[in-house]
Amino acid sequence: MSGLLTIFKKELADHFASWRFIILFSLVLLAGTFAAVTAAQHIRSTQTDPNFIFLKLFVGSSDSGSLFSFLDFVKWFIPVVGIALGFDAINGEKASGTMSRLLSQPVYRDTVINGKFMAGVVTLAVMLTSVILLVAGFGMRVIGLPPTSEEIARLLFFLIISVVYGSFWMALSVLFSVLFRRVATSALASIGVWAFFVLFWSPIAGALSRAIEPPGTTVETLARYGQMNLALLHVSPSVLFEEAMSVVLDPGARSYSQLLRLLTGNGGIEFLLANPLSLGQSAVVVWPQMVGLFVLTVVCFAISYVKFMREEIRAT
Amino acid sequence: MGQVVIEADKLTKAYNGKVVVDHLDLKIAEGEIFGFLGPNGAGKTTTMLMFLGLTEPTSGMARIAGFNSTREPLKVKRLTGYVPEKVGFYDDLTAGYNLAYTARLNRLTEAEVDKRVAHSLEVVGLGDKGDQKVGTFSKGMKQRLAIADVLVKEPRVAFLDEPTTGIDPEGISKMLDLISRIAKEKNMTIILSSHQLNQVERICHRVGIMAKGKLVVEGPIEELGARARGGKYQVEVKTTEITDVILSAIGRIKGVLKTERSGDTLLVTCTEDLRPLIARAIIDNQGMLVEMKIHTQGLEDIYLKYFKEA
Repeated sequence: MSGLLTIFKKELADHFASWRFIILFSLVLLAGTFAAVTAAQHIRSTQTDPNFIFLKLFVGSSDSGSLFSFLDFVKWFIPVVGIALGFDAINGEKASGTMSRLLSQPVYRDTVINGKFMAGVVTLAVMLTSVILLVAGFGMRVIGLPPTSEEIARLLFFLIISVVYGSFWMALSVLFSVLFRRVATSALASIGVWAFFVLFWSPIAGALSRAIEPPGTTVETLARYGQMNLALLHVSPSVLFEEAMSVVLDPGARSYSQLLRLLTGNGGIEFLLANPLSLGQSAVVVWPQMVGLFVLTVVCFAISYVKFMREEIRAT
Repeated sequence: MGQVVIEADKLTKAYNGKVVVDHLDLKIAEGEIFGFLGPNGAGKTTTMLMFLGLTEPTSGMARIAGFNSTREPLKVKRLTGYVPEKVGFYDDLTAGYNLAYTARLNRLTEAEVDKRVAHSLEVVGLGDKGDQKVGTFSKGMKQRLAIADVLVKEPRVAFLDEPTTGIDPEGISKMLDLISRIAKEKNMTIILSSHQLNQVERICHRVGIMAKGKLVVEGPIEELGARARGGKYQVEVKTTEITDVILSAIGRIKGVLKTERSGDTLLVTCTEDLRPLIARAIIDNQGMLVEMKIHTQGLEDIYLKYFKEA
């Protein structure tokens, strides 16, 4: 058996047997079902557009009055799962004294980090797939309609990008686990970045853009302010993810721009045809966001990879 | 000296300009147990890490069985076993699984994995503990498990970094017996670092004392002892009564340099071990011999001597 497979298998077994996984998984299940149940209640109680009703289980709608939609839940909580799977990947082994024993075996160093990362991605994928399947199953019961093939394709897309999004946060926490010696430090640093981008970034971006481009009263200044705000918002991976997914999960959406959606949405000016987009076209709309997410993940992983490869194993 | 399996050639390591290992030359033969002595920070661990291909030397070369540790780390890692000073295991996994992981990383087939794990656990006396989680193990058991972990891959060379720290005296003695038995049975070359000299003395064929990155002295223990003594022996003699006749008789023995008297003991300095002749001199002159001891200089004295020099 090759070294990579051995490490991958062991790490995967570790993840699945750990209390950490059990706790996270129960939380994911709980929150996921909660979001879907509230969305379903809303769908049943109101008359909504009958097209793509299945997807509405996952996006919810702004007027549903629920705390959060399934999409929100993925946006907020999957980063925590990713972080939990990676924050002690490297420094944890160093702290427990297993790293030098591991590296004295005939395996390349990159095999170690690759195996760990792969195991984390698979764990994330398993978690997300089971929650999405569970919600879908529940949805079929509540709505009484099976999903169309278009909806299934969109959900699959959503699943893949969600795994990439979670992997980004895992790559980030793996990076911190390479950079910092102590497990507590890397955990805190990862959670700090998470809080900054997921919770605080949109008010901060708003304030910053107001300072740089004051909205003023003319259309021109307002537009410039809007652009600046959008540009700043796009720094955050969770904004990228949310934009991409709100389009992928909503075939009616033409743009990720909140402004345009307000105009085209209910009550707005219907100057665009109301035909739903095909999945390919939806993907084109948010292609930059998805590429951005993917690149961020790769960059984080690459830095930790290089750092780890060059690191000296030292006495003490 | 048999076939050389471990070789260092002007091995040097500097961290940010601070030299930790300084032009180290060393050759260790197959089947030897080599004791690496020295205070903390002398560069013992760094030297080991360079041999194992875990740390790159700044200059010079380390070779294991002819393979360059820096250029061919994987080949070297296949041949070497390593017990780090702060050895750790996956506490949530069983002892057996921990060893099996090592075995699998060494690309053994599943059948071999089971066989070797069982055998290794048996050898270190943990045969019935394979299914227990390592988290429940005592420090001494973990150290023995670390030895088993090395045995699993059946290396030609094993580096043991302070394998006896933190275990009780009985455990230490058992551990040392285990190490010397393994070296003999498996014809394994063992490099053992320690600062507990009396232990190393017991099982090592050869020792090297390191201080400030340099190998200050190196050789078989007896030889080092003789060198440190400057070729002199001291015999302590206790008799019921010390008479002038006895004193002069001892003084006449060829090779005796000096006799000092304090109470009822005599301290005889001589060029070689003259105990039989001294005994005869006492008995021939109607003395009653109570006790006679030779002061061989222990490794401790040598160690201290060289430490002062370093």
